[in-house]
Amino acid sequence: MSKVNAILQGTLNWVDERFPLTSLWKDHLAEYYAPKNFNFWYFFGSLAMLVLVLQIVTGILLTMHFKPDASLNASGVPVAFASVEYIMRDVSWGWLIRYMHSTGASAFFVVVYLHMFRGMLYGSYRKPRELIWIFGMIIFLALMAEAFFGYLLPWGQMSFWGAQVIVNMFSAIPLIGPDLSIWLRGDYVVGDATLNRFFAFHVVAVPLVLLGLVAAHIIALHEVGSNNPDGIEIKKKKDANGIPLDGIPFHPYYSVKDIVGVIVFLMVFSVIVFFMPEFGGYFMEYNNFFPADPLVTPPHIAPLWYFTPYYSILRAVTYPLFGIEAKFWGVLAMGAATLIFALLPWLDRSPVKSIRYRGPLYKGFLAAFVISFLILGYLGMLAPTPARAIVAQICSVIYFAFFLLMPIYSSLDKCQPEPDRVTSK
Amino acid sequence: MSCDDKVDCGRRRLLFATAAVGGVAGVAVAVPFVASMLPSERAKAAGAPVEVDISRLAPGEMMTVEWRGKPVWVINRTKEQLEALPKIDGQLADPKSEKPMQPDYARNATRSIKPEILVAVGICTHLGCSPSEKFKAGTESGIAADWPGGFFCACHGSTFDLAGRVYQGKPAPTNLEIPPHMYLGDAKLVIGEDKKA
Repeated sequence: MSKVNAILQGTLNWVDERFPLTSLWKDHLAEYYAPKNFNFWYFFGSLAMLVLVLQIVTGILLTMHFKPDASLNASGVPVAFASVEYIMRDVSWGWLIRYMHSTGASAFFVVVYLHMFRGMLYGSYRKPRELIWIFGMIIFLALMAEAFFGYLLPWGQMSFWGAQVIVNMFSAIPLIGPDLSIWLRGDYVVGDATLNRFFAFHVVAVPLVLLGLVAAHIIALHEVGSNNPDGIEIKKKKDANGIPLDGIPFHPYYSVKDIVGVIVFLMVFSVIVFFMPEFGGYFMEYNNFFPADPLVTPPHIAPLWYFTPYYSILRAVTYPLFGIEAKFWGVLAMGAATLIFALLPWLDRSPVKSIRYRGPLYKGFLAAFVISFLILGYLGMLAPTPARAIVAQICSVIYFAFFLLMPIYSSLDKCQPEPDRVTSK
Repeated sequence: MSCDDKVDCGRRRLLFATAAVGGVAGVAVAVPFVASMLPSERAKAAGAPVEVDISRLAPGEMMTVEWRGKPVWVINRTKEQLEALPKIDGQLADPKSEKPMQPDYARNATRSIKPEILVAVGICTHLGCSPSEKFKAGTESGIAADWPGGFFCACHGSTFDLAGRVYQGKPAPTNLEIPPHMYLGDAKLVIGEDKKA
């Protein structure tokens, strides 16, 4: 036995002299000290990584059978649409792989939204973690782009008209807009050129960017150390060896904890994949089972649930301003609604980070923000009516007020004192 | 930057010059990369005019033709529908068709060459959905009690009248586009080409 160990140790030494394997393992797992008071909200970062891996593996398998081709086959069905049906019916286990990929897209947004909300609850974006937060926000944008490009690929009615609407948003930009949208489409209408390039973006360009950003997100996190539900810095209290008193090694403590999260997540995920992959039209829309028809828009089109809050904000802007049409301001408001999260580190002036020690003002504004976000998301799935437009306008104002008034209410708020050491509840 | 004994300014200048020239080359390479995403020559060449026979289009009926991948509507409006057009001018954003959304020969009260026949691109000027026809007046269309008949875009709620003119306070900024078109004889319509003066 000792001989085997000696050979293994020798091999490891040989590698370590050429590649920092042991020190990488220590820096990021065995000797990365995370606060000992992580709670439920801390599952979602590792779950997001799990879903990323699932999407990459199922995605690679899907590309082996999918054809990004909008021309009509001998039966008059677009080739791309037919190839998805082929995956569903003729490829061995193709239905499972595709349902894992389509459910994975929604699951990705579930865990990422919860992960972002965790950051807002405990002030994880505050100094010195601004760059972690900004990398995270760019990941969120890349994820939205990835989902949007991927949604065109099955070339159904919702794919086609969704892409039509989103690409046309760029035409609202003054001066360069119309040419920009033609450049994005590669044609004067959404067509084969658009499908091909969206495929390239979806399977090559955006995943590469995503992987790089995830690496940057984690490197930045491990440089400054994790925040925790108390929002205090564990690095301020260290023992004689320089290890934070309230820190525990990520591996095995949190790797084991995260496995519990993974198991629960996979249970829920499997139930959806096997028993309700369309999830009542929220994960896969009814109209997308019809091949794309450039002449007929379905009577009701709405984006998938994870885009609906922003879609509602787009629809809520109906007034022209400064001589520029309402369409432009709607697109601008929608873009601002997705980007404004990135400013949180500088908008928040509270002396404490965690919601546990914040005062009633912040809690009230956060609750109003969450409620309006959910209402906007719900309205975005419904057909527009004048009454709903007014509700959406009110919720949009609350949405932006949460951010823009934050410098005022967060500094006025009556906070409680933070503890010296982390607490366990 | 000061030039002391440790810095060879001649070499540093050369370094900057090389970097600048290299940068120009890098930017120049971006041109073909970006241009490759523009519509190809084949895409530009597509889009020939379409001929349509409208002899069977009865008053009050509408047909949809594909031109350059877009739906083009041809509507034979009834006398009542035409008479109703000027009555709603006050509710419209651009009742006189002042924005250049039509060829000059269609810049009139009915936005058409022949008063009864409307030819319009059936793509909402907001974000490109194709509105649906709501020709029935009144509450039956589910829009408003005083609805005179027209088009409704389900995506974002824009409404258009039977001349493709947009209502005020809707997300769509302009009237529907009237494509270049002309008649070859009484019943033969050509979309995508007109008699250039």
